[in-house]
Order: sequence, then structure tokens, then C-alpha cells
Amino acid sequence: MSDAETPTEFDPVEPNTGHEFEPVDVFPDSNDFDLRPGADSCFKCSVCDTNCPVAEVDDDFPGPKFQGPEQWRLKQTDEDYEIDDTVMSCSNCMRCDNACPSGVPLSQMHNTARGEYVENQMDKFSIEYVRNRILSNYRTSATIASKVPRLANWGMNFGPARWLMEKTLGVTKEREFPEFATQTFREWWAERGGADASRRNAQQRREELGLDRNADKKVAYFHGCYSNFNSTDVGKAMVRVFEHYGYEVVAPDQKCSGTPMFANGMLEDARRHAEVNVSSMSDLVDQGYDAIASCTSCSMALRQEYPELFDIEGIEKVASNTFESLEYLRIHEDIKADIQETEVSGELADEFAYHAPCHARNQGLERQSVELFRDLDGAGIEDVGESCSGISGTYGWKQEKYEKSMEIGEEMFEHMEHAEGEVGMTECPTCASQMEHGTGYEIRHPLELLEAALVS
Amino acid sequence: MAINSEVLVIGGGLAGLTSALKAAREGSDVRLVSYKQSSLRHASGLVDLLGYTPDGAGPITDPYAAMSDLHDAHPYQTVGTETVREAMDLFDDVTDYRGGHTETNALVPTHGGTIKPTARYPTGAAAGLASDDRDVLLVGLESMVDFDAPHAAAHLAAAGVPFDVRGETIRFPGDLQADAKITRYAKLLDTNGEIAVRGRKKGARDALAERINTVREKEPRVGFPAILGDDHTDAVRASLEEKIGADVFEVPMGPPSLPGLRLEDRLFEALDDSGASFETGNPVVDFDADGDTIETVYIEKNGARIPNSADQYVLATGGLVGKGIESDRESVHEPIFDCHIEHGEDRYDWFDRDAFGDHPFARFGVETDESLRPLTGSDSVEFENLRAAGSVLGGYDFQAEKSGSGVSIATGYVAGENAAAEAQ
Repeated sequence: MSDAETPTEFDPVEPNTGHEFEPVDVFPDSNDFDLRPGADSCFKCSVCDTNCPVAEVDDDFPGPKFQGPEQWRLKQTDEDYEIDDTVMSCSNCMRCDNACPSGVPLSQMHNTARGEYVENQMDKFSIEYVRNRILSNYRTSATIASKVPRLANWGMNFGPARWLMEKTLGVTKEREFPEFATQTFREWWAERGGADASRRNAQQRREELGLDRNADKKVAYFHGCYSNFNSTDVGKAMVRVFEHYGYEVVAPDQKCSGTPMFANGMLEDARRHAEVNVSSMSDLVDQGYDAIASCTSCSMALRQEYPELFDIEGIEKVASNTFESLEYLRIHEDIKADIQETEVSGELADEFAYHAPCHARNQGLERQSVELFRDLDGAGIEDVGESCSGISGTYGWKQEKYEKSMEIGEEMFEHMEHAEGEVGMTECPTCASQMEHGTGYEIRHPLELLEAALVS
Repeated sequence: MAINSEVLVIGGGLAGLTSALKAAREGSDVRLVSYKQSSLRHASGLVDLLGYTPDGAGPITDPYAAMSDLHDAHPYQTVGTETVREAMDLFDDVTDYRGGHTETNALVPTHGGTIKPTARYPTGAAAGLASDDRDVLLVGLESMVDFDAPHAAAHLAAAGVPFDVRGETIRFPGDLQADAKITRYAKLLDTNGEIAVRGRKKGARDALAERINTVREKEPRVGFPAILGDDHTDAVRASLEEKIGADVFEVPMGPPSLPGLRLEDRLFEALDDSGASFETGNPVVDFDADGDTIETVYIEKNGARIPNSADQYVLATGGLVGKGIESDRESVHEPIFDCHIEHGEDRYDWFDRDAFGDHPFARFGVETDESLRPLTGSDSVEFENLRAAGSVLGGYDFQAEKSGSGVSIATGYVAGENAAAEAQ
């Protein structure tokens, strides 16, 4: 604790004894969130910089220590200080958070600075702004595309259209757009009977497991955009696995987690979405539900970025009751023993090259899939190392970042090719698309393997 | 329910890693949790046993011989010299470090131009030993102010090294920014990535070697700051040696440190091979105990408390810098289990007025019984299933003695061995 915060306790030669102390307001125009203690905690060891995948390849990027505490200090002392435009090159992988021995909230500082840059300094009519806005509002494009999935799948990967997108918007034509499912997860969920059907399934399963039929096991699924519009098998696997353990699942109203918006400094867009998510999740938490995400960036947003960036009623409650799907089962069920006892066969009896997404790391989840599945008979799993995949959501979609993105990913691609398996595995949908793009492998989610191993 | 293991190690530094590795090799189901990434990336990558006596005499030639003269409360005395040897065998078994062929200390030049007595050093530092009488060229980079090669060379010469030493400063080839990160240099050299030199594209290794060849005279060995690759450091060194025609070595640097990072990677790899599980990123903040038995510890993730249970626990959370020991104006305490830490009542007694004096705070830490279980103020055991290792321990000043790594390895080894024995 600094002397400035608790000045009355400071008495080396007792200068203040007997005097009423009036603290000086050092930085009167403080932010909504006080970042000063965080900036003060930085003792410039620069370890955060060693964790930055962008600084490793980009000679114009000054690294997280500058973007965070140093830039924050410059802002306090110089009224005319403008946020350095390199903040837009930060991919928001958030690895720096995990490196800091002093708990400096680096990613919160980056998000705040980026938001300020976009709001005050970026030309709202620039192509970059428009492009970033479109990329970060993936949910909007996906909602439209999913109405006509077949047409969208054709159109979005149609050569001349992609050429035009690169020329006019700066969206790289090198990547394949993700395929839209012909039936969204929510359509499937509704057709299946929604929450009522899930309750019946859970009750039946509890009886089979010898549990109380009305046991208090209920979770609210935050499926996010990708499991809804694209990889719907992940969402279905989540429901089946949780029901298998006797949980009743609900799929509340939700919007984008905000992850791509944070990375592009579109904080107002993110706030609008966050308000909907927090409102529906906090009601459910009050009723005893825990929030479960299958995408590690979604769980990261709900847990960390929301309370760090927004002041919305119920936000802390939602953050402290949100879990990643496997993590939740590891805490509440003896999933380790169940996996050791079973065997997987069929399509998923395979060797997997597993990549831990950056956003899984700060949640302490980077090892759980490898440590669980290494005991599973019929399948093998190998960690392809600690490198970032390089795509970081929208980062790798930007034409000017594409090459850097592939350079960052190179190490992962190499390790994947050296790994025994020729099927990839990861929790993050954009990492999955990068893995597929770099190696041509098919990529699965741990929940899919869990479903194949436990529910059959 | 909770995430279960037989042994739970709290802390991912050298002590925690050694402890987890030893317990796993003894056959226990081990889990290691660390608040942040390992503190090893702050470390030089050198592994010291004992460089100086607590009174400052030295450099010590034979650290094992000197251990028996240490005071009774020193962690080396608690575990015994023979156990330190066993622990170092484990370290040697899982790393490719040099120095294990002898019990005496090696003398390694530092980036400040001093000579450090150390027990083990990375292969990359081997050609730089001060006991070698071949002449040395030290090469610094303009942009890397932490290593001033001419200054370090002059310092070494003044220290009386048995060879001629000269320092040159060059600009790293390519258009890197002024404060390029060590990982940027390492990545370029690892991949021999292309950089532009006067309009022509060249591999980073070739371009760097060419620059060295313009400043090297006849020195048979060339020392660089520790930036020579991360994943492929041996290949980077070999390739530079071939292109320069001299032995190449790295001078260990301050944080952030690539040799520390490489050691961290190696030890986590060994831990993975041993079948242990681990996670980093979130702190242990609380625990439940039944009497003097710890039942569960809680890891906090943004307000959620994740229970982790084990039969045996190892506390390897570090010292004052690693935040395994905290202090405020009133007291010094161990933040997780509130283990007793002996300290004077008046905080002005915690330090010496002389900056380089004998500071009591440097020896603050938990005191233990012979099995490394922390003791209360009245010398009873705090918890029957908790052991402590590394710089959370009191009774020694690792900065002054140059004993930090050795104590971490030795006490980690013993804590892990005892925890595993109790768990089975």
C-alpha cells in the first residue's frame, strides 16, 4: 500500500502528528476504474514483454509494458498526450496478465487505452474503423448469414467477392470463412424441447446415477456466437455431457461476449452486449444456476473483462459464478476417474494435437484437456506447446496483420506437424480456424471427445 | 467436491518445481499450482549452492565443505549436506546444465563484469568461464543498455582474470526498434529469420556473424548478452561458432532472462513427463483445516473460489520479492496459512542503516522442524501436513550468500520426498 493511500499511517519522523490530514488529489480526472495502484505496482521487470506474441515478430510494436503502465503514466502527466496508435496492434491475447509478478492489470489498461484511442482519435469514417466494426460485430453478420447458410457459405468464400473485400475493407482474402451450420444451435435446442426437455433428461439421468431426482444441479449455457452459428456440435456436446452428469441446462438470451469488440476498442458495442448477457445470467445465478461457457474467450470475457471494464448491476456476481465447461466438471464431478475407466471408440478414437488458447491460460485451464485425456483409452493427446496460434480473433483477419499472424502461428503449425495426431484440438473457435488454416487438419473441441467417451 | 491430488505444491519456482518433481518421481499423484508464471524467468539461469559465507567471506571454492560451518538454523543444516548432493543429482538428471563434474564452484562472468561463484551453469555459458585462460571478446548491442560490453570487459580485467578481455558494441543487424524485446532477438536467431542489411536480405545468424567478424581480432571466444535463441539456443550457438570461427557463450543477464526461461521450460517439461498436473494464473487465497490438518485450499479466479484438496501440501511461494512473505508497517506475515514468522516488533529493527549492511529482513521466513514443517512461535508444528521449501524459509540470506537456487532445490527435494512418503 502506498503512502499516498494511507497517509495518516506514515510517521517516520512524525511530521503529521496532531494535524488533520487532507489528502491531495493527485490525478483529478481519473478513469472510471482507478488504474493507479496497478501502474504503481509495476517495477519494470519487463517479464510481460517476454510473453507478448506480437512483440516477438512486429518491429513496430512496443510491447505490453509500454501499452499498459507506461502509457497510463504518460497520460496522467501530459494533458495533450494522445494514445499511441500501436495500441491497435495489441491482439488482446492477455498473456501479459499471467506474466506479471505484481498483479498489474495489463490487459485492463490495454483495453481502456484502446477504447479511448478508438473513441477520441480514430476517424469514424476511415476504412480501418469500418472494417474493425464489421469484424468485431461478427454476431450481426453471422445472424444474417445463418438465415441463408448455404448461400452465405458459397458467397463468403467466392474468390472475386473476397478480392473485393480485401481491396475495399482490408479483410484478408487468404483465409476461408467459417462455415455456417444449416441449423443453428438455438434452433436445434428449441426443436429438442428447450429447458423442459433438458430438465426431464437430467431427472432421468439422476435416477440412473442414484441421485435425488430433484437434486440442485443446474447450469446456464453461454454458448456464444460460434457454437450457435458455426460449430454447433460443440454446443450439442455440452448439453449432452452435462445432462449425462444430471445437470439441467438452460440456454438464456445472450449476445456476443464482447471479445472481438474489446480487441478492437469498440467498448460501447461491447457494453450493449454485456448488459444483455449480465442481465440474463445474473437472474439465473440468483436462482442457483452457474454460467458455463464452452469457448474460453467467452468465459474470459464474463469473468475478467466485464468486471474490469463495465459497471453493470450483477456483473461481479456473474463473473464469480462463470466457469469453463470442463473446469466445472473437474470441480464438481469425478470426471478424472470416469475418463480413466472408459474407452473411446468410433470417429473420435484418434490422436489429437492439442493447442491451449491464450485466453485459457489466464484462467489456469491450459493443461486440463491434456491432463484429462492422457488417461483416456482409445485416444491420445499431445500438447503442441505454449506458442500463441497467432490469429487472436479478428487480428489475423486484418490484411495488414495476416503475415504477422502466420509468423506467430508458425511454431504451433510446426509442432502440430511433428505431433503424432493429425486431428487438432482446442477450446477456442478462432484458434481452431488458424490451426486448420495452417495445417489443413480437422479441429475438434474437448467437449466433443468427452461426449464420445462418456455419453454413448 | 474439489480438484484432488495426493500432494499439492503451491508455487512454481525452483523450489516448487523440484518438490513436485521429486514427489511425482516417488510415485505420488502431484499437482502444482502457481499464482503467476514461474519466477525462473526473473532469474539469471545460474544455479548457485553457496558462493560466500554469511559473513561475506569468499568466494567459496567448495560449497559442500562450507555448508557444515553454517549456523544451525540454516536450511542447509536442516536438510544436511548429503541430501543437498542427492537433490543436485535430481537437478542434473533433468537438465543439461554443466558443473556437476566437480564439487567446487565455477566462476562465471556476469553482465556487470563481476565474477560469480556458482555450482551449475547452462551449456551456453560454458565457454565463458573465468578460469579458462583464453582471451575473450565481449560483444554488446547498442540498443541493450543492460550490458555495456567495454565496461564489463574493463571490470573483468580489473578483477584480475587470467586472460585479455575486450569489449565492443555493435548494432544488431536489421531495422529493430530501439527497445526490441529479448524474445524478438531470440525469435530472429531461432528461425534465422530474414532481415534487411543495406537493402539485402540475410538470415539473422549470418548477418550477426558478419558484424562480429568486423570487430573480432584473434579472440578464440566471444561472449554475447543472453539473447541467443530460445527453443533452439544450441543450434544458434553452433551456427554462430561456425560462422565466426570462435567459441561462443552467453553472459547471464538480469530479468527478463532467456536462460531462466529455458530452465523454466525444461523443468516444466520434466514435470509433465513425471505425470504431475499443474496450472498457473490464479492465487491460492484461503484454506480449510480440521485442527492441524489442512483439508482444502482455495484458488481464486475473479471471485470464484476453486477448491483443491490433497493429503499433503508444500508451501513454495517465495520470499519477500516472490510475495510468499508479505510485510506492512506493523508486521511480517505469510499470507496463505499465516505461518509464524519471527520478526522484531519495531520495524526499524528489520533493516540495517547501511544499504549493503546485514539486514535482518533478508533472513525473514518460516522456521521449520527437520521434516520442513513450519513451526509456530512456540515451536509446535503449524500443520501436520504442510511443508515449506525455498525462499519462504527463514534463516538465510540468499542474496549475500549466493545460495538461493541451492536452498530451493535442496529443500524442495526434501519437502517433496517427505510429502510423498506421508501421502502413501
